[in-house]
Amino acid sequence: MRKLTYIEAIIEAMHEEMARDESVYVIGEDVDICGGVWKGTVGLLEKFGPKRVRGTPISEAAFTGIATGSAMTGLRPILEIMSMPFCYVAMDQFLNQMAKLATMSGGQLKLPITIRAQAGAGTREAAQHSQSQEAMFLHTPGFKVVMPATVSDAKGLLKAAIRDDHPVMFIEDRNLYYEPEEVPEGEWIVPLGQADVARPGKDATVVTLGFPRRKALAAARKLEGTVDVEEIDARSLHPLDMDTIGASVMKTGRILVVHEAPVRCGAGAEIVRRVVDEYFDYLDAEPRVLGGANVPLPFSPVLEDACLPQVDTIINEVKKLAYL
Amino acid sequence: MTRAFAASAVGEKSETPQSSTDMTQLRWMLRTMLTIRLFEQRVKQLYRAGAIVGAIHLYIGQEAITTGISAALRDDDCVFSTHRGHGHLIAKGGNLQRMMAELMGKATGCSRGCGGSMHMFDPAIGFMGGNGIVGGGVPLALGAAFSAQYRGTDLVAVAYFGDGGMYQGVLHESLNLAAKWTLPYIAVCENNRYAATTPVAKAAASRDFSAYAAPHGIPGVRVDGNDCLAVYEAARQAVDRARAGQGPTLLDCETYRVEPHCGIIPDDRPKGEREVWGKAEADPIERFRRQLQFNEEQVRQIQAEVERELDEAVEFARQSPLPDVRVFFEERAI
Repeated sequence: MRKLTYIEAIIEAMHEEMARDESVYVIGEDVDICGGVWKGTVGLLEKFGPKRVRGTPISEAAFTGIATGSAMTGLRPILEIMSMPFCYVAMDQFLNQMAKLATMSGGQLKLPITIRAQAGAGTREAAQHSQSQEAMFLHTPGFKVVMPATVSDAKGLLKAAIRDDHPVMFIEDRNLYYEPEEVPEGEWIVPLGQADVARPGKDATVVTLGFPRRKALAAARKLEGTVDVEEIDARSLHPLDMDTIGASVMKTGRILVVHEAPVRCGAGAEIVRRVVDEYFDYLDAEPRVLGGANVPLPFSPVLEDACLPQVDTIINEVKKLAYL
Repeated sequence: MTRAFAASAVGEKSETPQSSTDMTQLRWMLRTMLTIRLFEQRVKQLYRAGAIVGAIHLYIGQEAITTGISAALRDDDCVFSTHRGHGHLIAKGGNLQRMMAELMGKATGCSRGCGGSMHMFDPAIGFMGGNGIVGGGVPLALGAAFSAQYRGTDLVAVAYFGDGGMYQGVLHESLNLAAKWTLPYIAVCENNRYAATTPVAKAAASRDFSAYAAPHGIPGVRVDGNDCLAVYEAARQAVDRARAGQGPTLLDCETYRVEPHCGIIPDDRPKGEREVWGKAEADPIERFRRQLQFNEEQVRQIQAEVERELDEAVEFARQSPLPDVRVFFEERAI
């Protein structure tokens, strides 16, 4: 199978969807200059022209409003937030407008908006450029939230997001951008709301959101012979594939959720709530969450690394889960 | 269809149009302003009687602005309203029965009971919703203008906001982008002199809001917002510019909010000021009647027609079913 990087897969998905549907366009800071600071829109300007690839001034509230207003009137914007914490600048437009308009209108409006938010930690950019805010958008009714952790999921989920009629927060992890992986040729769509069993196992379920998938798989390899870990990449947080998570819990009786966002009120807490609510009788151990530290992420690599889940901390959590 | 007719240049005293087509349009203006006034008075009664709940912001005293703006628009042009938006919807052609049903939280309401007073929607006639956040609709309208340009249509988009919206940063982001991208965008400031209870004199460093346009290189027009024909003429010029691909305009329409900010907030504005603005010569409808020489009997006749429509609207709302909770969750949960 051919290989692409995560960012190439994203660009390919946008190429295909823009060619397929005239109403799809890209808007955001620098998206039309050298293909963006993360090279996430390379080639789109040349192919589709400045009408459909709109670089904006640094006016997050205004261009987020443009995305929403254009969706209210029939377009399908792909809104790029260069660094996810920048969306705080446009909070009213995200949380009061984009999230609420469809319901406030009694369902008369559709909001087919894809937000490509570049998130993640570990790139040593400190607190205002390093953050995953999935929990905030999960907590705001009106958004779907996905966090692809592989190249093929990046492509397939982005295409599904662009075709969805609701705002979809598509959270990219910059750490994954430039390493090639296999991606199927041709039309490739990953439906929203389907988890991926990245590694089957029978002793303990580890559910990851985004980048920690890799660390959890590394931990699972190290735990071979001790604990047989089933690694599930949630991929989509809302809608959440509780069937796949639940089936795993019914098999293993143990669940750990791992994410980089602060553990307090994080998506892990919500997944554990759902497990306790729906699969309590199958649990053989108290469900656990390993998240980021409850601090704005510091710069110094030694400090930042200490704030994030790592392979060894995941191993420790799995051992606690298995009473080892 | 554009409700076009001759009127005076901005800033000059409006003249009386002559042709019969003009008279049709002038009657539409008078009737629209009276409909807004009587609708709001009815809402006030129903609110006091407990038949309408929630936050109600009345448009009384500001009728000339939205009437003049809408007279220059087509049905397929988009407007983005505010928390004080009943008048905007009526002038855009809103259905009084569905509006009244929305205010009573009924399934037949224009937002199916999900929006209430501040979030009425009627996208089929280009009414893209009220907004409970001051300045919230300002960039949304920019998106509709973007959409119009993107599709190669000659539609225009209007953002209404009050003097309170002038203090929001997103307005300046939006004016910059509208100008830079030459978008068919009309920013309409309804300067009613109070942002909730804070007067312009206390909040604004510069009292000339139309001057906010100049740094962006776009027209900024200060208009007597209680002179319907003056608003219409300014709007017509802005709409012509926008349709011709010449970009945005900022209109600063000065008016006065006759009622308190909303139903539950006491009115502690200076009594003298309220008396001056309450007089017939300041009232936009009475000014229009005198200016265009409609006689009082004509007004009474229109009022009687509108009151009948309002009776029907209230009856429709009262008889309408409440929203079905189960259907709400089925349809609206995502």
